[in-house]
Amino acid sequence: MVVSPVVLMVVGAVVGAVALAFVFQRAGGRLLFGLGLGAIAGAFGSALFMVPLDYCTFEAERESLDRVFGAIFVLAGIALVVTPVGWLSGKLLRHESLMSGEQTQGTFRHWWIALPLLAPTLTILILFLYYPSLETLRLSTMLSRLGARREVFVCVDNFTRLVDDPAYADTFIRTMYMSFFIVVLSMSLSLLIATMAYLPLRGASIYRILLVWPYAMSPAVAGIIFLLMFNPSGGLVNYLFGKWFGIKLGWLNDPAVAPWTVILASVWKSMGFNILFYIAGLQNVPKDLIEAGAIDGAGLLRRFWHIVWPMLSPITFFLVVTNLTYAFFETYATIDYLTPGGGPLQSTTTMMYRVIQLGVQNNDMGKAAAQSIVLFLTVIGMTVVLFRTGGRQVNYGV
Amino acid sequence: MTAAYRETARVTPASSWKKTVRSWLPKRWYAHLILVVACFMSGIPLFYALIVSTQTNAEVFRYQFTPGSGLESNWNVVFYERHLHTYMINSVIMTAGITIGKTVFSLLSGLAFVYFRFPGKWLVFGFVLITLMMPTEVLIIALFRFINDLDWQNTYYALIVPFTASATGTFLFRQHFASIPAELSEAAQLDGANPLQFLFRILVPMSWNTIGALAVVQTIYAWNMYLWPNMIISDPDMQTIQTGIGTLRLGGGALRFGPLMLGTVIVSLPPVIVFILLQKQFMSGFTLTRDK
Repeated sequence: MVVSPVVLMVVGAVVGAVALAFVFQRAGGRLLFGLGLGAIAGAFGSALFMVPLDYCTFEAERESLDRVFGAIFVLAGIALVVTPVGWLSGKLLRHESLMSGEQTQGTFRHWWIALPLLAPTLTILILFLYYPSLETLRLSTMLSRLGARREVFVCVDNFTRLVDDPAYADTFIRTMYMSFFIVVLSMSLSLLIATMAYLPLRGASIYRILLVWPYAMSPAVAGIIFLLMFNPSGGLVNYLFGKWFGIKLGWLNDPAVAPWTVILASVWKSMGFNILFYIAGLQNVPKDLIEAGAIDGAGLLRRFWHIVWPMLSPITFFLVVTNLTYAFFETYATIDYLTPGGGPLQSTTTMMYRVIQLGVQNNDMGKAAAQSIVLFLTVIGMTVVLFRTGGRQVNYGV
Repeated sequence: MTAAYRETARVTPASSWKKTVRSWLPKRWYAHLILVVACFMSGIPLFYALIVSTQTNAEVFRYQFTPGSGLESNWNVVFYERHLHTYMINSVIMTAGITIGKTVFSLLSGLAFVYFRFPGKWLVFGFVLITLMMPTEVLIIALFRFINDLDWQNTYYALIVPFTASATGTFLFRQHFASIPAELSEAAQLDGANPLQFLFRILVPMSWNTIGALAVVQTIYAWNMYLWPNMIISDPDMQTIQTGIGTLRLGGGALRFGPLMLGTVIVSLPPVIVFILLQKQFMSGFTLTRDK
């Protein structure tokens, strides 16, 4: 079955028209105009990824999995064009300003002077962020090597191959659980310690400095120091474990243990940051609220759970997002020093690590680019879910 | 401070042994206990690294917690055999380049966004802000290819230029400038100041807190960069420290922990000192960008 571009454009046009008609009706614009604008945007969106791909996913000799991917690309394209158009027209219809906090007084004459002022930032963003982003998209459809003269177009094969690749599924799940434990362990321990360090104790300021400095250590250094302590043959930890308990673990060469050594090193490094922000957050909790709770007879734990914890939610939310980024990207250096090559049986190979392995060591730019995109979508997806679930309940009263 | 956290007064008479225990236990002994354990756990790895940096390999494997006799030979390995100072100079240049570039370019774009009115400003601002959602790591493969095409591998350009634009910085300075009363720029214009004079004579002196906050965060970030230099630099003389210290471990077939730890400690000192001294600025650098 061959799906023609025209059919896809019609689908896009219908989706876009419905979406914008809805926006226009709510904002009180002219319905017909909304329908037309939506249809154009939707049709354009359906072609956004498909024209560069030359509609290859819908060719006759392609498998059904390719068609599914094609459909996903079509839908993503439609969403990517229709959403901003809808958002914009909604704002324009309601006569809202597009930029908040706009200064009207005290501006300089000759607006074109702004151009040279913006030029450095814009040039660098275009050359080193926007262009590589588009290039990542292009590369992900190619069989490409650095230094090779020719590139071969492979349609969405770099993506479809990931679907039935059990090794990639393992990498994905591993990245998820390692990130989960890094974030949860680091943040819960930090909260406990910060609650203690925030109490009016003798020597509180000394405690604070002794607790937060590991943040400034680099992830690479965390890897090196843990290599010293945990290397299975001569490391201090195995020496002490052997002496005290008579056991020695393969901290770095046992596939079941190695990821936990990486998690431990990352938790150690990231706790300083979390403690720092939790102490600051605790200092912002109004004292009278806690006192009111105490007068009402709430115990220490209840006061914490019902008063302090909700008031900390903005900080917690901020820290979850920051820590997730750390766990996904920054742990690369720790892994590279602790378990070079991605660990025994690839047991510490995260998605980020795999991208670099493929792209730099194997010089397979296409596959690496495709996996970068999966990584990007995972991170963006998790952030959006967090904003949807956590972000709404966040208490901004602090 | 927090009267609420204090236990409410007990009316029941405490038995005598409890009194004795209370008399020598510090107030909130449980908090002290947890904190001491936490400080100990976070301090032990670095403390041990410090000890090992003075030891020879033989001493390392005797697991002694006293300074050893290998400091001088470790020092020689680090600076004469392996040239850690070359890596450090490269890292200093990279860190300074990124930090200064980011600060200056962000100041300029912040000025443009607040003190000029031009068509499509919101679009340009959105164009800058949306890069916050594009982490370098996910496009690093294409960036690697692009820098290779430019023939920039093994140059300072590759280490500095791609990181000198900052959506965070632009946003920070825009927020800060917008909070400064408009009368100031009107007065400056009446006095005939051009935009750059206004920026460097009036705005910058009023923005040291924001500049400091951005600079501290960027300095630690740049000094600790690992992945990018590791990818793009293959010439040992151009390598930065985070990859460079890795070369210390190799020698004579076995891992040499003494020189590796000496290098590690030396490399970690600058960011740790900066961080401890400028903690407040560091935090405001992060929190200012939080309320986007």
